[in-house]
Amino acid sequence: MAATEQTIKQVNTLGSSDYKYGFSTEVDEIRPPKGLNEEIIKFISAQKDEPEWMLEWRLNAFKVFNKLPKPQWAKLNIPEIDYQDCYYYSIPKSLKDKPKSLDEIDPEILKTYEKLGIPLKEQKMLSGIAVDAVFDSVSVATTYKKQLSDLGIVFCSISEAVKTHPELVKKYLGSVIPVSDHSFAALNSAVFTDGSFIYIPEGVRCPVELSTYFRINAMNTGQFERTLIIADKDSYVSYLEGCTAPMRDENQLHAANVELVALDNAEIKYSTVQNWYPGDKEGKGGIYNFVTKRGACRGKNSKISWTQVETGSAITWKYPSCILQGDNSKGEFYSVAITNNMQQADTGTKMIHIGKNTSSKIISKGISAGKANNTYRGLVNILSKAKNARNFTQCDSLLIGNQCGAHTVPYIESSNSDSMVEHEATTSKINEDQLFYCQQRGLNSEDAVGLIVNGFCKEVLQHLPMEFAVEAQKLVAISLEGSVG
Amino acid sequence: MLEIKNLHVSIEEKKIIKGLDLSINKGEVHALMGPNGSGKSTLSYVLSGKDKYEINDGTIDYNGKNLLELDVDERANEGLFLAFQYPMEIPGVQTSFFLKTAINSKRKYLGQSEMDALEFAKLMKSKAEELNISTEMLKRDLNVNYSGGEKKKQEILQMSMLSPKMAILDETDSGLDIDALRIVSEGVNKLRNSENSFLVITHYQRLLNYIKPDFVHIIADGKIVKSGDYSLALELEEKGYEEISQTA
Ligand SMILES: Nc1ncnc2c1ncn2[C@@H]1O[C@H](COP(=O)(O)OP(=O)(O)OP(=O)(O)O)[C@@H](O)[C@H]1O
Ligand SMILES: [Mg+2]
Repeated sequence: MAATEQTIKQVNTLGSSDYKYGFSTEVDEIRPPKGLNEEIIKFISAQKDEPEWMLEWRLNAFKVFNKLPKPQWAKLNIPEIDYQDCYYYSIPKSLKDKPKSLDEIDPEILKTYEKLGIPLKEQKMLSGIAVDAVFDSVSVATTYKKQLSDLGIVFCSISEAVKTHPELVKKYLGSVIPVSDHSFAALNSAVFTDGSFIYIPEGVRCPVELSTYFRINAMNTGQFERTLIIADKDSYVSYLEGCTAPMRDENQLHAANVELVALDNAEIKYSTVQNWYPGDKEGKGGIYNFVTKRGACRGKNSKISWTQVETGSAITWKYPSCILQGDNSKGEFYSVAITNNMQQADTGTKMIHIGKNTSSKIISKGISAGKANNTYRGLVNILSKAKNARNFTQCDSLLIGNQCGAHTVPYIESSNSDSMVEHEATTSKINEDQLFYCQQRGLNSEDAVGLIVNGFCKEVLQHLPMEFAVEAQKLVAISLEGSVG
Repeated sequence: MLEIKNLHVSIEEKKIIKGLDLSINKGEVHALMGPNGSGKSTLSYVLSGKDKYEINDGTIDYNGKNLLELDVDERANEGLFLAFQYPMEIPGVQTSFFLKTAINSKRKYLGQSEMDALEFAKLMKSKAEELNISTEMLKRDLNVNYSGGEKKKQEILQMSMLSPKMAILDETDSGLDIDALRIVSEGVNKLRNSENSFLVITHYQRLLNYIKPDFVHIIADGKIVKSGDYSLALELEEKGYEEISQTA
């Protein structure tokens, strides 16, 4: 049997039972009724004890949302979303009264995170990584808080930051992704529930990886994550987010807004390993992952780099972008997107060159198997003042089987004659001779596919923080096990 | 070790191997020589289980097992090794990582635990030194931008690390410089013992000066037309395939 044929067979036998994180946790939830209206927004704001200005901000965003047209889905096949048939807030009862320490947290929830490989208890904490864990709509616990605050680093949930650092939140929230950007941005601004807030003060190099772990547990619940990261002058931070959700037959919505701001000489490295439940092989269930991620390189010599490994979700729609305002600033985007079975991904980046000598680099690796569709969509926009701007883009697609698709849609707009834009793209099928060679050396067909695909993705994976690179490699192989390998 | 009887193979309706018999015992080295396109590489692919080849007739017994029923990786893990005429490049996969993965695949198959990192590093270092392969080389992506000769040496490194029972070398000597030919041959000779066997495919009698075969076979148009000992290689060198095949 041809190796590819065998792979396809394996893909087909991959039922949803192969999703390792598909369990759900039994906890009592506080949940207002379904539906999207001002009452719900007031309810969310009240639950969080938010100041008046925050509620007003939300209500204004809701007005904007109602006026905005729905996004046009180019390559995606997305069923109409009924916003009224979704819960917008859900928190475990035990977390309602702000547990002061981990001892007060429902052991079921702690167990959930342990099963996911993210222990929150001090003695078991991951070394070198500070974790903020978000369960449905609320942040459960943030580790390493004390050590970080000694350096002046703020790492907490956004709900907390609204109260403890209102001046920073007011100044930067919505400053990178305006509320009116598009309908999901407005929706998120109206009903965002939780997410992480990070502030790195001037001159500080954050000594540990900061990380958030998102978990959707409750049924029919949308998760509206809001993350804001500010790196002040001469600072550095590396941040990683991970995500999983239980297997459920219905689709769940995750609409996140992530804003990054880098001031003079600051660097933000943002990595994502997205492994939301992708749905079963017929395409039933799974997460709709509609994410707006944008970073502003506001200061001169600042740098923002996005690295993403997208293996999960029924539908992924995200374009982590960089606005290169500061002179000499740099934007980077490294992406691996794997789609299998009925999954759809439409992902890419936007690099907006505004300042002089700005440069950007885009490396995208798309892998499709089963009947999946994978699109790279990117925009490189060089404005007239961006003298001497540079961009390099490379998009490679790998196909496994005959029923999947890969599409590359690069837009380049340049209003500047001394800028330089390079674009390379390839599409290939997994090479049977390479598979045979690996198998002749004793690798079974799954391992052989995993090895070759990991090699294909290496340029991207090597940008992940060390601790996660190995995990990501395994994830690539696993998602291919059903899908690719 | 290996017993091929009346083997008929075709690819895309084209008959390539047309009734081939070959028997290789433990501890023996067999050389297979024959004109271009006579089916030597095809035989090596069929033995290692590459698909697309249709076996129209015949049997292959490998240590008491029906070889044709085993998957490619099972054959490999049962000790069958093919040094490719054209080794594949695997971009993004470090050579040393590939070697480790191969060794551990075999250990897993045999129900053994993974080789520990230190033991592996030692083994790789000593084997690479024997073959005059630099450690720098092992850090590069497998076979990517290797020269022709470097690729062949890499095949022999993999072979010596996996220590197969039945090794097929498909024109490993082609592309090797004079020193490399000697080094590679020494590597093969070192591996030789009473428990394993080699099938050495070559066009040049010179290799057989280094690796002394117990038997020499001449294949033409998908059949073995003549077998003999080392002297057959010398005779072939003198007379050429045409004449030898006619006198068969
Ligand atoms: N996929 C294929 N389709 C059609 N013909 C093929 C295919 N693969 C091999 N052949 C043919 O089979 C014959 C035997 O090829 P093979 O590679 O086994 O020869 P060889 O003896 O190894 O030759 P060389 O000494 O040149 O390496 C050749 O005529 C070749 O063209
Ligand atoms: Mg050949």
